[in-house]
Amino acid sequence: MSASPPSARRLPSTLAVAWRLARKDLAIEYRTRSAFLASLVFAIIGVAIFYFVWDPTAVRTIDIAPGVMWTIFAFASLLGLHRAFGLELQTRAMDQLLLAPISREAIFLGKALSNLCFVLAVLAITVPVVLLFYNLPLGSGVVVLAGIGVLAAIGMVSVGTLFSSMTVHTRFAELLLPMLALPFFIPVVVPAAQASARLLLDRPLSEVMGWLELLVAFDVIFFVACLLAFPYTIED
Amino acid sequence: MGRGGVRRALSRIGGAGYPSRAMVHPAPPASTIARPGDVVVETRALVRRYGRRRALDDVTLTVRAGECLALFGPNGAGKTTLLRSLAGLLRPTTGEARLLGERLPGELATRAHVGLLSHHSMLYDVLTVRENVAFAASLHGLADDDVAVDAALARLALVDRALTPVRALSRGWQQRTSIARAIVHRPALVLLDEPYTGLDVAGARALTTLLRTLRDDGAALVLVTHDVGEGLALATHAAVLVDGRVVHHAPTDGEDPATFAARYRRLTLGEEAAA
Repeated sequence: MSASPPSARRLPSTLAVAWRLARKDLAIEYRTRSAFLASLVFAIIGVAIFYFVWDPTAVRTIDIAPGVMWTIFAFASLLGLHRAFGLELQTRAMDQLLLAPISREAIFLGKALSNLCFVLAVLAITVPVVLLFYNLPLGSGVVVLAGIGVLAAIGMVSVGTLFSSMTVHTRFAELLLPMLALPFFIPVVVPAAQASARLLLDRPLSEVMGWLELLVAFDVIFFVACLLAFPYTIED
Repeated sequence: MGRGGVRRALSRIGGAGYPSRAMVHPAPPASTIARPGDVVVETRALVRRYGRRRALDDVTLTVRAGECLALFGPNGAGKTTLLRSLAGLLRPTTGEARLLGERLPGELATRAHVGLLSHHSMLYDVLTVRENVAFAASLHGLADDDVAVDAALARLALVDRALTPVRALSRGWQQRTSIARAIVHRPALVLLDEPYTGLDVAGARALTTLLRTLRDDGAALVLVTHDVGEGLALATHAAVLVDGRVVHHAPTDGEDPATFAARYRRLTLGEEAAA
């Protein structure tokens, strides 16, 4: 005699699981701080190197700073994105997630959320460091610049989370992740840099908005595509 | 908020970071999903290939509620592959595995009835014992996480170590934590891959008692072990896997471990299988 079908449980919602997963990841990162410190040191050293190799008589500050800021930010973010699934690999904790009555999409959302918090924390320190090094005036533009940062981070995190899950089981995961993810960062970095440049040049907001709309479009495309593709990357 | 306050607030984000004020309740009642004698998990002509190698070859097994199947076999016989297939973590190449009548890997609600203890601890070593178990409980949407966590910790005698980070524990205590994580949601099917590894005598005895309680409460157990004595102490049925095939599957009926061990040696050497 076969058992009756499983009775209904109060299965947690996708968003609730995503939030619990993100909290767990952030708690681990808070206690170790390994990825955050590595990303931060990389970002500060990167900004410093760009600053000292830059010839102020050849290129204006305002022309070089946005590119430096978003390039450094993209590379620094990558350092941390690998850890999203790396920490699930050490003790095969990923099996626990796959066995639990939670959707694959919830796992992606949880990882993306913790990555977003991580990347925004890196951004919150990287941007002021760039502004200080290059002595850039920002004033009231700081809110718009923060908005550009959040939009850029969403695009990078979507792509980075997907590729992190794809590469985590490979032998050269930390090498493979940048190789796969960086080409997809270009459509995010370029509008972010262009919008920031116009903001720093104190151009009308209408000139910035075009680039922001492009950034939003890429965010939506990347997020939806990565969310849909993610379950296939963790199937056996 | 001072530094201590920030630390306390952040430590909570791992979930239930501090001891609950709730009383440690006795374990929740046995699974009501399957009545004694109901089929909990079954495989039919299950085949799993890795490339050209057949890790599982035509495996047909049934485990009912209240039964414990002890699975023996030499290294590489396919025991872990079978456990992962029963958990729904591996798709069969051909054949099928069913849990509570539903074909695996199954729907979300079906997965809620499986508990797996594998070679790997599946624990986060930075988090405390309690946080690890609480996280597992939260993934299953238990009606009262704290009560379930307290009960699981109490059953494994982990209450005194609840606030210790897993990385600071010995292998044996990590194993206990891993077991608490696997059973916190009171699964109908408990899959155990070498659960006695790293446990001292007291820990092994406590685990046997716990597993016997789970079995008597109506859970179905599948236990992979190399220890014939420990396996037969719990098992209602025993199976031997050799090269992915089931070469022996029968009720234990209080069989003497020495007799079974002698038979096991013959089976794994191929004499009886060839006959």
